[in-house]
Amino acid sequence: MAEAVLAVFRGTREGGAAVDYRVPIAPGMVVLDALHYIQGHLAPDLAVRWNCKAGRCGSCSAEVNGRPRLTCKTRMDSLPTDKPITVAPMKTFPLIKDLVTDVSWNYQVNKKIPAFSPRPGTDWKMLQADVDRAQEFRKCIECFLCQDVCHVLRDHQKQEQYAGPRFFVRVAGLEMHPLDGLSRIKGIKDQMGIGFCNITKCCTEVCPESIHITDNAIIPLKERVVDQFYDPLVWIARKFRRSGDS
Amino acid sequence: MNEKYETHEHDVLIIGAGGAGLRAAVEALNQGASVGVVCKSLLGKAHTVMAEGGIAAAMANVDAGDNWRTHFCDTMRGGKFLNNWRMAQLHAQEAPDRVRELEQWGALFDRTESGDIMQRAFGGHTFKRLCHVGDRTGLEMIRTLQDRGVSMGIDVYMECTVTRLLKDGDRVAGAFGYWREQGRFVVFKAKSVVIATGGIGKAWKVTSNSWEYTGDGMALAYEAGAELMDMEFVQFHPTGMVWPPGVQGILVTEAVRGEGGVLRNRLGERFMEKYDPKRMELSTRDVVARSIYTEVREGRGTEHGGAYLDISHKPAEYVKRKLPGMYHQFKELADVDITAGPMEVGPTCHYVMGGIRVDAESAQASIPGLFAAGEAAAGLHGANRLGGNSLSDLLVFGRRAGVAAAKHAKETAAPTLDAAQVEDAAREMLQPFERRDGEGPYEIHRELQDTLQALVGIYRNEDDLKRALAEIECLRDRAARVRVEGSRLFNPGWHLARDLKSMLTVVECVTLCALARKESRGAHSRLDFPEYDAEWGKKNNVIVRDGAGMALRQIPVREMPEDLKQLVADEK
Repeated sequence: MAEAVLAVFRGTREGGAAVDYRVPIAPGMVVLDALHYIQGHLAPDLAVRWNCKAGRCGSCSAEVNGRPRLTCKTRMDSLPTDKPITVAPMKTFPLIKDLVTDVSWNYQVNKKIPAFSPRPGTDWKMLQADVDRAQEFRKCIECFLCQDVCHVLRDHQKQEQYAGPRFFVRVAGLEMHPLDGLSRIKGIKDQMGIGFCNITKCCTEVCPESIHITDNAIIPLKERVVDQFYDPLVWIARKFRRSGDS
Repeated sequence: MNEKYETHEHDVLIIGAGGAGLRAAVEALNQGASVGVVCKSLLGKAHTVMAEGGIAAAMANVDAGDNWRTHFCDTMRGGKFLNNWRMAQLHAQEAPDRVRELEQWGALFDRTESGDIMQRAFGGHTFKRLCHVGDRTGLEMIRTLQDRGVSMGIDVYMECTVTRLLKDGDRVAGAFGYWREQGRFVVFKAKSVVIATGGIGKAWKVTSNSWEYTGDGMALAYEAGAELMDMEFVQFHPTGMVWPPGVQGILVTEAVRGEGGVLRNRLGERFMEKYDPKRMELSTRDVVARSIYTEVREGRGTEHGGAYLDISHKPAEYVKRKLPGMYHQFKELADVDITAGPMEVGPTCHYVMGGIRVDAESAQASIPGLFAAGEAAAGLHGANRLGGNSLSDLLVFGRRAGVAAAKHAKETAAPTLDAAQVEDAAREMLQPFERRDGEGPYEIHRELQDTLQALVGIYRNEDDLKRALAEIECLRDRAARVRVEGSRLFNPGWHLARDLKSMLTVVECVTLCALARKESRGAHSRLDFPEYDAEWGKKNNVIVRDGAGMALRQIPVREMPEDLKQLVADEK
């Protein structure tokens, strides 16, 4: 039977290193299957998050050969087996153990986003053409791979000032909901720090749901911020209004 | 209570954060209760995300003739009249409001031409009834409930596992658990506890269920003295993936058939003509699963032992829009383009109709302060669940459990925690680390799955079931001596060692009930008793703990009032 070697990171915040495990390969096997084999036969305490094993829950994120992936959707036969396949935890988040990281920061950011707030008096009729746009954002499975790969978070650690692609996707879903009556644009600029994004599109590349994060969520939101806060005509009008008030 | 363990106090403690748990939490918060939600995984990852096809609710947006009465009759017929009729009635009546509520909280369903919520056909439903979002309805639902709960300030204990319910005399007083991350113990004190832990599918080898579905809630309730009901009814979803081996069991949504997919055998025959010529592919799940199983057993299966499911006669763009998840799942995991050719599918363990016996109105279990909703509860689905009735179940009875749990909390004084129970629970959790010999949990789990798969599957007989009971007994002895390696820090082996106990409890219930029911009905098919038995049609199996053993008894199926009897007769 064919075999592959996986170099899986083992360790905690105190330190760790990749450990090689030899795993038999079956047709159609994915990296998560290999990790389960390791748990079941070689390392019973190997920490891995997973749930659905079908690409729908976004739990099993890791970096496979350096690339942020869902391990349940990464086929072993898509990876070269002449050298060990490296499996490492997401780098952007604090390590808990092995492949499991502390993603609680994401849940903290999420709490600050104002919820859906329907316009008063709506009759709840919506056309498919009008919901298509927001439905794209609601495909998000919260795997946090976009957060992991975003250099503003990964390299510059702007977690205090910047919410990251996942939450621009969430806000875009709310802002582009046909019946939502709230504006979150000021928050996107001030609390969520959308200005830090310089549209390198790394997030879009790793999204397992193929959400056009940069083009369809972030750029339109940036445009709305510009329209509202940096449009010179609006700025002048506001100045006049203010001086008129005094 | 001493200060030895981290302790949290709530009016209502909810175990499980899928659709039922979150809906219960939102409602209990609405009622002004202080609410804690404990879940084994991260918030938003529960198996509700895997629900694909839709939420059944008689909204009549597509088929104007639909109404709660027809939904009620469909549900009762699908459940072979073992259902708790009152639950089926409440469910059918309240589901449309629960769906509208989701929309008001931000859910974005697919739309009809006139701008209403779109509904699709599904097995056993007379009308187009399933409100949906492509094939990711469950994700939409869980995210909506999650956002709603978060905006209301819900307290969620993520990656925290409850291992025991604590009692104060006869009533429930809280729960003992552990944090997965550090392995630290935690105690919850609560006036009401809602069990919303889902199903038991991880005890079978070929299953659509994730590692979480180990029957925890049912086992916790059973240990605490609550009754379990209808445990013999385990649903094998007709269409799971069969190839390649790594993906075996992963769900293929019934929406494929709802959207017009046809089943064929190796010879190209549309075999459902033989088994249910009227409803064909949209027959109930029990029938379709048995039909595929029979085709394979009689030598007409596909290369990898399944049936062909084909939707490629529909325009490729339509398939990609209505079934995007399926399109990608097959493309990426099986190298199959479902817009161009058929999928290979076969039955996979999916759902349990049985569970904690509850009161229809309040979702209260047979001990004070304990409530259950969703898959963990029994009654609504009888002997077989219709597709789409699960998501509506979560909403209708999640809400009802939330109302009743909050009310119960308001009306009762705070319970007292018993330090001895807490210490005993802690000791039990630590034992596997202290053993010097004994085997690890994974091998025992594999053997348990093989046993259930082989002996307590779609078709059952007395010999197999008796053998299964003996095997379970033997596995229980081994599980009692299980040894865990490593530290308490995020240790899946340790977790599985505990899960084994829950799984062994629930599968013993399943097997005992399956052995007792000497007939075939719904999802329970006995080769040695292949027909309906009128007497068994009037009885539900109920199990309760009796010392160290299980006591099984039969209770009469609750009789329908005359108006509903008439309704069922008229709708035939």
